[in-house]
Amino acid sequence: MDLLEYQGKQLFARHGVPVPSGAPATTVEEAVAAADEIGYPCVIKAQVQIGGRGKAGGIKVANGRSEAEQHAKAILGMDIRGHTVHEVWVEAASDIAAEYYASIVFDRSAKRPLVMLSTQGGMDIEEVADRDPNAIARLHVDPLLGFQDFHARRLAFEAGVDGDVVRPVGALLNKLYDAFAAEEAMLVEVNPLIVTSSREVMALDAKVTLDDNSLFRHADNAALRNTEGEDPQERMARERGLTYVKLDGNVGILGNGAGLVMSTLDVVAQAGGRPANFLDAGGGSKAEAITQAVEVILSNDNVTAVLFNIFGGITRCDEVAKGLIEAFAQIKPDVPFVVRLDGTNDKEGRALLAEADLPNVHTEATMLDAARRVVELAG
Amino acid sequence: MSILVGKDTRLCVSGITGREGTFHTLNNRNYGTNVVSGVTPGKGGQDVEGIPVFNTFHDAVAETGANTAMIFVPPRFAADSILEAEDAGIELVVAITEGIPAHDELRVYNHLARNDNVRLVGPNCPGILSPGKANVGIIPAAFFSEGNVGVVSRSGTLTYQIGNELAQRGFGNSSIVGIGGDPVPGSSFIDIIALFEADDETELIVMAGEIGGSAEEEAAEYIAEHVSKPVVAYIAGFTAPPGKTMGHAGAIVSGTAGTAAAKQEALEARGVRVGRTPTEVAELAAEIAGSLTT
Repeated sequence: MDLLEYQGKQLFARHGVPVPSGAPATTVEEAVAAADEIGYPCVIKAQVQIGGRGKAGGIKVANGRSEAEQHAKAILGMDIRGHTVHEVWVEAASDIAAEYYASIVFDRSAKRPLVMLSTQGGMDIEEVADRDPNAIARLHVDPLLGFQDFHARRLAFEAGVDGDVVRPVGALLNKLYDAFAAEEAMLVEVNPLIVTSSREVMALDAKVTLDDNSLFRHADNAALRNTEGEDPQERMARERGLTYVKLDGNVGILGNGAGLVMSTLDVVAQAGGRPANFLDAGGGSKAEAITQAVEVILSNDNVTAVLFNIFGGITRCDEVAKGLIEAFAQIKPDVPFVVRLDGTNDKEGRALLAEADLPNVHTEATMLDAARRVVELAG
Repeated sequence: MSILVGKDTRLCVSGITGREGTFHTLNNRNYGTNVVSGVTPGKGGQDVEGIPVFNTFHDAVAETGANTAMIFVPPRFAADSILEAEDAGIELVVAITEGIPAHDELRVYNHLARNDNVRLVGPNCPGILSPGKANVGIIPAAFFSEGNVGVVSRSGTLTYQIGNELAQRGFGNSSIVGIGGDPVPGSSFIDIIALFEADDETELIVMAGEIGGSAEEEAAEYIAEHVSKPVVAYIAGFTAPPGKTMGHAGAIVSGTAGTAAAKQEALEARGVRVGRTPTEVAELAAEIAGSLTT
C-alpha cells in the first residue's frame, strides 16, 4: 500500500525523522486556515499518488493569505495525469542550501534491506544512477543486526555529504531505518532530503510503500488506505477478497492462482486478443466467490467476452461451475463465456454446466483452444 | 531417486488440527507420505485420525523422529512456527501459508541462512511432490506419475498446467517443487536446480518463472555455468503492466528489470529454451527428450 506524501511525513515524524511542520486540508477554507497557522511563506502541495506534481502545477508557494487561497482553489480538484486532487498538504516553506537523496528498499535479490544515500537529490534518482552510478552510496543491512551508527558514517562519507552534516544525516538515516523496520515498509524514500542554510537536515518529501500482508499488526496504517485514487472495480474486488487488476482490453479473464492467470493473459494475447483484467479467484474458491468474481468482471463495460481458465488443485471445478450457474441466475450476462475446467472434480463441473445449458456458454478442453475461442467471440 | 521428499521423509504438520491442515495432512498420508506427527499448541496428547499431536516441535521431534515440517498455520503465526521447527532440528521446512508479512520472511530467511542443516521451501507454495514416493503439500497428485522430468515453479496452478501438458505427452516426474511466489522465498530456482542436477533420476529440468525480481536471470547464469542437464523454461506475465502486483506479492514489474521479456532474453542468451505457452514448454521437452534417447 502506497501512502500519500503527508501520510508518509506523519509516519516519519512518529519515528523522529525531521520533517517541516504542516497540516492537511480538503477545502480551500481549511487550507487558508492552515496557512495562517503555519505562517508565510508556505507551500501548498497536491496529495496524489503520482510523480511530476510540481511540473503539473500541483505545488505552489504562497507569500500571503490571498495567494494561499488562490493556489488552494487552483489545486483542489485539479487533475494530475488522471488523478484528481482531493487533498492538499500545507507546509512551512524551507530554505534549501543542498538537496540530497535517501532511501531504504526491501531488496528481494539480496534478501536484505538496501540503504542508499546520494548528494544528488531533487531530481529523478534513476537518471542519476544511469549517469553516474558512483554518485549513490549503497549498503545492505543485516535485518537481524539492524542499522548501526557505523553504517550511517560509511554511507555519509562515501556519498560525500558536507562534513558538518555527517552526524545529522546519519541520525536521520538511523531514524528512517527505524521507520522502515517498525512500520514494515517495502520502501521509504526521501527526495529531496534537504540541508537548510542554518544547516538543519529534514525530509522535504516522503514516499512510503507498506507491506499489505503486515497491516493486521498496524491498524493505524491500515486506516490510511487511499480509496479515492483506487479504481472502482479494483476496490469492489478488494472488498470481496479477490485479486483484480484492470487492464485496457475487452476479454474478461478469471482463473485460479496468480501464475496460471498471468499465463492465461499471455496466451489470450498471443491468440490476438486483449485482456480486460487479471482476476485470481484464489485457491479453494467456493461458488459464492466465483459469482462475485463474475460480477466484478462484468462491471467493466469494455468486456465483450469472458474466459474461465481453471486448473483445480484445492479449487474444485464443481464449485466453479455452481458459481457460474448462480452468476447467470443473478446477473444474466449478455456476453459469451468460454469455460475450461481441468483438475479436481472436473467431470462433475462439466456435467453441471452441461445440465444447466446456460445460454452462450462454450466449453473447451484445453487452455490454448479456450483462448482462441474467446478471442474469436470477443470480436 | 527424487529430491527433498521421498521414502525417508518423516513429516510433522504444524497446524494439523485446522480444517485445511487436517484435510491436506490426510491427503498426504493417503498418498503414502509417512506422516509421523503434528503440532498444535495446547492440543498435545490428542490425535488426528491416529496421527499424534504435540504442543511443540521439540516434543514432536523427540517422540516421533520427524525430519520434515509442513507449515499450515495462519500468516501471523507462520514465521514463529518455521523458526520453532528449525530450532527443534527439523531439516526440511515446507511452508504452504500464504500472506506472511515480508519482514517476517526476511528475519526467517536470514536466521535460517546461518544453519547449514536446514532448508526452507516456500512460503506461499504448493509444496513438493515426488510421484510414487511422497507428497508434502497441496499438489493434486493424481495428475502426476513417476518419471525423469524435474519441475520447479513459482506458481502452484501453473505447475499443474505444465505438469498436465507434460503428462499428456507421456512424461512423468522425479519431483515437482513449488518454491512459492513471495518476495523472499526460502529456496530459489538455483537451489532446486542444483538438487535436480545432482539427482540420478532427473534427466530434464523444467522451470516455470514469472515477472518480478531477478531469480530467473540469476538461474540463467547458474545453469550456463553449472548445469549439464537440459533445462526448458516458461515465464508468465508478458502482458502484465508495470507497477501492478499480479496476485503473488513477488509478481510486480518495476522499471525494465524483472519483465517477462528480460527474463526470456536472459535465459535464451544462456542457451535455455523458453516456451511461449505451457503447451510449447511440453513440446520443447518432448523434442529434447526425443533427442536424448536417440
